[in-house]
Amino acid sequence: MATEKVQVVEKILDANDQVASQTQTLLTGSGVFSINIMASPGAGKTSVILKTIEKLSGKMRIGVIEGDTAPVTIDADKVMAMGMPAVQINTGGQCHLDAMMIDRALKHIDYKALDLIIVENVGNLICPAAFKIGTHANVVISSVPEGDDKPYKYTNIYRGIDVLLINKIDLLPYLDFRMDYFQQGVEILNPGLTTFKVSCKTEEGFDQWIHWLSQQVDEFKNRIHA
Amino acid sequence: MHELAVTESILQIAEKHAHQANASKVTDIFLVIGNLSSIVDDSVVFYWEMISKGTVCEDSVIHFNRLPATLYCLVCDHTFEIPGELIPCPNCGSYQLKIQSGEEFFLESIEIER
Repeated sequence: MATEKVQVVEKILDANDQVASQTQTLLTGSGVFSINIMASPGAGKTSVILKTIEKLSGKMRIGVIEGDTAPVTIDADKVMAMGMPAVQINTGGQCHLDAMMIDRALKHIDYKALDLIIVENVGNLICPAAFKIGTHANVVISSVPEGDDKPYKYTNIYRGIDVLLINKIDLLPYLDFRMDYFQQGVEILNPGLTTFKVSCKTEEGFDQWIHWLSQQVDEFKNRIHA
Repeated sequence: MHELAVTESILQIAEKHAHQANASKVTDIFLVIGNLSSIVDDSVVFYWEMISKGTVCEDSVIHFNRLPATLYCLVCDHTFEIPGELIPCPNCGSYQLKIQSGEEFFLESIEIER
């Protein structure tokens, strides 16, 4: 039988991107700013989130969506212990969060009562980069013990993000981490990227990050109320 | 390893377009993927055989048109291809580079029988 060619030209993850776009519209309409935190396992995602909540408590209402591949609630429990609402998503082994998971998670959190939603993605430098989840800003946390070659090997995660935190800088004296080399790689992938060097342990650099984040939330609120 | 999710998306798109074209069978799927996309072709094919069973796409063949990842050197104007990992300009050693291509990730066309 003769075959016939049908032109498609559709982005492979278009369905995911559409749900992500709907999520962003929903959150924007509700006046909630949202960020997606991506990093390798152990880079300090949860520590940064807890420290951020601590610094911003009393100033804004924050909710957290926690992504994990295993059925654990360790991270969500820590957030709730600080008096903030949290939803745990167990991806059932899947290596990333996708837009549909966030859409479902939002049904379990009173997001309209919040100023900021922080999504903690699954610890992974490859898969989360491919899936938009609808947040207003994408954040990567790189910790210095991971090594200075990460931007050269995991190029995609540094593309299309809005801010980079270089974490655990208190460990720099004990490591051979070449900051210039690391930042050179990031510069190729994402020229002029806003970057903060921080330590959850010493709190160095944290004020700058908190200032940036508060400013993003304020500017977002001003924009939607304009 | 997000190939399963990616392969499921490919199936959804192919089924949608096959249905719109009143196809009785899809024989071929043509993908365009830049070398900066972290996708393993063999894994996609492996999942494809599993998840396309019993669908209009059963027994169809996936073709990968892999496009090179190219960088442009801002210092010496040299354009060069990279294997996926970032390397400095092979001409002048500079790291002042700009990504030109390699992020393509779409389903270009399908071949069908009516």
